[in-house]
Amino acid sequence: MKRDRMPYIPPAERATPDLDSGKYLLMWQGPQHPGITGNMSLRLVIEGDTVVDCETHVGYLHRGFEKLMERRSWMQNFPLVCRIAVPEPDFNEYCYAAALEELSGIQIPEKAVWLRTFSLELMRLASYLMWIGGQAGSFGHGTIIQWSATMRDYVLDLFEELTGGRIYHMYIIPGGVRGDVPAGYFKHVLEVMDTVQKNLDDIELVMYHNAVFKLRAEGLGYIPPDWIDRYGITGPNARAAGIKRDLRKDLGYLAYPQLEFQPVVGSKSDAFERARLRLQEMYQCIDLIRQCIDLMPKEGPFRAKTPNPLYWKVPAGETYVAAECTRGEYGFYVVSDGSEKPRRVAVRGPSYTHAVSVMERLVRGVNIADVAGLMVSLHTYPPEIER
Amino acid sequence: MDIKDFIAPFAVWKRAFEKPFTVKKPIDERPGAPRYRGFHINDAQKCIGCGTCEAICMNKAIDLVPAAGYAAKEGDSGLRPRVDYGRCCWCALCVDVCPSGSLGMSNEYVWIDSDPEVFRYTPGVEAKPWDGSPLGYRRAEGYRLLEEQRVEMPELDYKEAVQTFLELVRGYSRQQAEKEADRCVSCGVCIASCPAHMDIPGYINAVREGDMQNGLRLLYETNPFPEACGRICTHRCEEACAIGTGGDPVAIRWLKRYIADQVELADYGKVLPRAEADSGKKIAVVGAGPGGLSAAYYLALLGHSVTVFEKDSEAGGMLRYGIPEYRLPYPALDKDIGYIESLGVKIERGTAVGSAVALAELRSRFDAVYLSTGLPAAYSLEVPGDKHPRVLDGVAVLAAATRGEPLGLGKRVAVVGGGNVAMDAARTALRNGAAVDILYRRRKEDMPADPDEIREAIAEGASLVEKAIPLEVRDAAGAIAGKQALFVWNEARMVQKEDGKRPVPEAIPGAVHEDPYDSIIAAIGQGPDLSFIGEADRLELRRFKPVVDGFGRIAEAAAGAAAEPGAPASASPSKAAAVFAGGDLVNDRKDAISAIADGHHAAQGIDRWLDRKGS
Repeated sequence: MKRDRMPYIPPAERATPDLDSGKYLLMWQGPQHPGITGNMSLRLVIEGDTVVDCETHVGYLHRGFEKLMERRSWMQNFPLVCRIAVPEPDFNEYCYAAALEELSGIQIPEKAVWLRTFSLELMRLASYLMWIGGQAGSFGHGTIIQWSATMRDYVLDLFEELTGGRIYHMYIIPGGVRGDVPAGYFKHVLEVMDTVQKNLDDIELVMYHNAVFKLRAEGLGYIPPDWIDRYGITGPNARAAGIKRDLRKDLGYLAYPQLEFQPVVGSKSDAFERARLRLQEMYQCIDLIRQCIDLMPKEGPFRAKTPNPLYWKVPAGETYVAAECTRGEYGFYVVSDGSEKPRRVAVRGPSYTHAVSVMERLVRGVNIADVAGLMVSLHTYPPEIER
Repeated sequence: MDIKDFIAPFAVWKRAFEKPFTVKKPIDERPGAPRYRGFHINDAQKCIGCGTCEAICMNKAIDLVPAAGYAAKEGDSGLRPRVDYGRCCWCALCVDVCPSGSLGMSNEYVWIDSDPEVFRYTPGVEAKPWDGSPLGYRRAEGYRLLEEQRVEMPELDYKEAVQTFLELVRGYSRQQAEKEADRCVSCGVCIASCPAHMDIPGYINAVREGDMQNGLRLLYETNPFPEACGRICTHRCEEACAIGTGGDPVAIRWLKRYIADQVELADYGKVLPRAEADSGKKIAVVGAGPGGLSAAYYLALLGHSVTVFEKDSEAGGMLRYGIPEYRLPYPALDKDIGYIESLGVKIERGTAVGSAVALAELRSRFDAVYLSTGLPAAYSLEVPGDKHPRVLDGVAVLAAATRGEPLGLGKRVAVVGGGNVAMDAARTALRNGAAVDILYRRRKEDMPADPDEIREAIAEGASLVEKAIPLEVRDAAGAIAGKQALFVWNEARMVQKEDGKRPVPEAIPGAVHEDPYDSIIAAIGQGPDLSFIGEADRLELRRFKPVVDGFGRIAEAAAGAAAEPGAPASASPSKAAAVFAGGDLVNDRKDAISAIADGHHAAQGIDRWLDRKGS
């Protein structure tokens, strides 16, 4: 596809190239490949340097979490769920905990509501910092990842200080959170936020006002607005198409109704627009974190009482709890039959649609060199596809 | 695309002169954050090996293993958690749930070794560099996964309670019982401390599940007195309770009562096991207290024909005559006894062995005899004037109260002693309108009575006089002889005479008090009454106690000569039936549950003994 024809809408039908003709090359990108996010792979058929057909392959990362959860007690699942989406585990913790609380009729304390909101925003920032390095790197820009990985580590330091863990925080426990903030913690947070913000200013100059990045990203991976509902596209991918949809506003969960923010919405719906929108969301994250610190109650309990964790029987029922994560709508569908273990837990990761069906279609006609950049621009995490 | 898009990226040059991060901060040992979830630490002294960490661990990374230097004892399984770092996911739920708070995590996260086996170790027992580290993950202040507070037991108001003999403790509602039962972690540390080894986690779980019939079945496996024990048991289990290491122990006794209260006596037979086919053996039990009747129950279950001989007009022993109605109402006791009788156990009330029927006669008429006569004889004060008509014996006062006889205690009553009988006598006197002083020779914390009883006695208005050594009882000046007595006592101080032993009271010279009382109730302990055992019975007694073997059987003494200690039980077998003994008569614990345990044990012993005789 010549760039002057972008943005264009790839055909809905898959091509049926004759692989024996000698005209095409069958090529696998992944599961071990720097141009793929996580452990999945793309089976590409290319003609010259243009992708003719793509088939997304998952299955390299299936750990059977949903089934494992049916065999563990409600509380034992708490340390398990964070593993479902490795780079952004806290949303699993939140959705699972909130589902349990809803089914059990547990009201969490005000302080826990704010600490959850705070830690989820911190998580969002860390997740975006990881993404931005990947986005720049996939277009051949190696500097950004050096900066953003450092910034992410600063944020992970904050998590370590608050929760005792850098990657798997296991902080949002059913009933509330596991501890109040340590002394002097918010001072560290604000210092790190200032550092990150300065760094983002630099990144904006170097990456977003960069002719190379613009040339490669603009027009790439155009998602027409009518795909949004058809494919179940959520999060920044949908907002970049002009759809004002943000669960933080729409559902108003946790302390979000008390925070001042407006969903960042774009219009062009290409890779550059999505990247630009995510950068703005990173600034928004920093702002929300500062707001949380200002508005959070200083005192008060951080956890409600829950039944004995060894014998907790959640009343029979079902619920679906969703939250807005960096990729879009993250949800847990939890069914209880009134026993000591969940009957069914189904996880809705936004990457499922973005990395499988949307990716498969968007990549048709794209230059082989842009496949990696396109995939990162959809911001997908294969661990949440397979659970 | 504008000119900025070509120039802006050169902003990166400003960093070209900065030292890279790795140069500014070279790789160095970086300690984990103060809350870091690193390798486990365990205060093995504080740990009781309850295994709740093992139960919560979703990866099965924790195993409870025997640990060198930690022996099993009451309230401690002697096991300690071993962590397998090939499985651990560092979630620290084990730390959060640990009832004693002994488990924690250090902030150490670097540990390199070529031997994979070392990564499975017992924290606190196998020394590690991070032991005792104050840093690392601990359960946060105000955060617990287990409920530390007991569901409060509804009780009568003390001011109201002291006016009546109504039961003070009202019992849990279903909601309260289920909430209290939910505090239990089923570790089972309590089982070893219960003399009867009741399946405590099992029946608590039955409460949690709302399955009262299963609960009752579990209770009767080891204890045919659930109504009584659910009210007055000395509940040593609660002292061993794992939850009690970091909060209030689970109210095991009240939950037992709850189960028994929920099932009607008429339904017991549908739930509990039926007696085996008639064995043709006849067994006599002497004493219808908890021990004797427990033996009778388990013997009857085994198909033996049991007759219980009781000197009093009602069965129940000390449960009826020693424990006041406000602690153990008679209908509750009658329910327990009624079920035992329904199995065909005959109780010969008002038939004292020794006077109405001789022990030798029982030995000829029955295949085995079980003695469970307890400790009916009160010790006297052993001070001048202790035979004064106003000096009463605590057990006799309680028995008279049970029989409904007038007590005639008067308006001012002294109770001498610090055990449960003293508390019961004091509270009975309070209910008879007397002002009561409890005088005890040591301190409050040394009192052998149940702390609840002490607390309740004081709450009901008894005043406690500690460190009071009785000196003399004599007629009060100006009072009618025999109607009032002067109690003379010496104030004492506690003196540590020998290291490791409890301090002893020593009289303070000159600090002598003289107080007039209408009645002085002596409740300083009781001894056995074995006058019904004659020399011809040839039963070995040592210091007024029967000597029993592993079956609960009393060794037979050689005729006319005191047996050598430890002489073989079968030294001189006689033709008379073997005699077994248990309860307060034999054991040192002197409580109902120990007597019940002895009765169960002896029932099994008698069964095996009869079987061994092959007749």
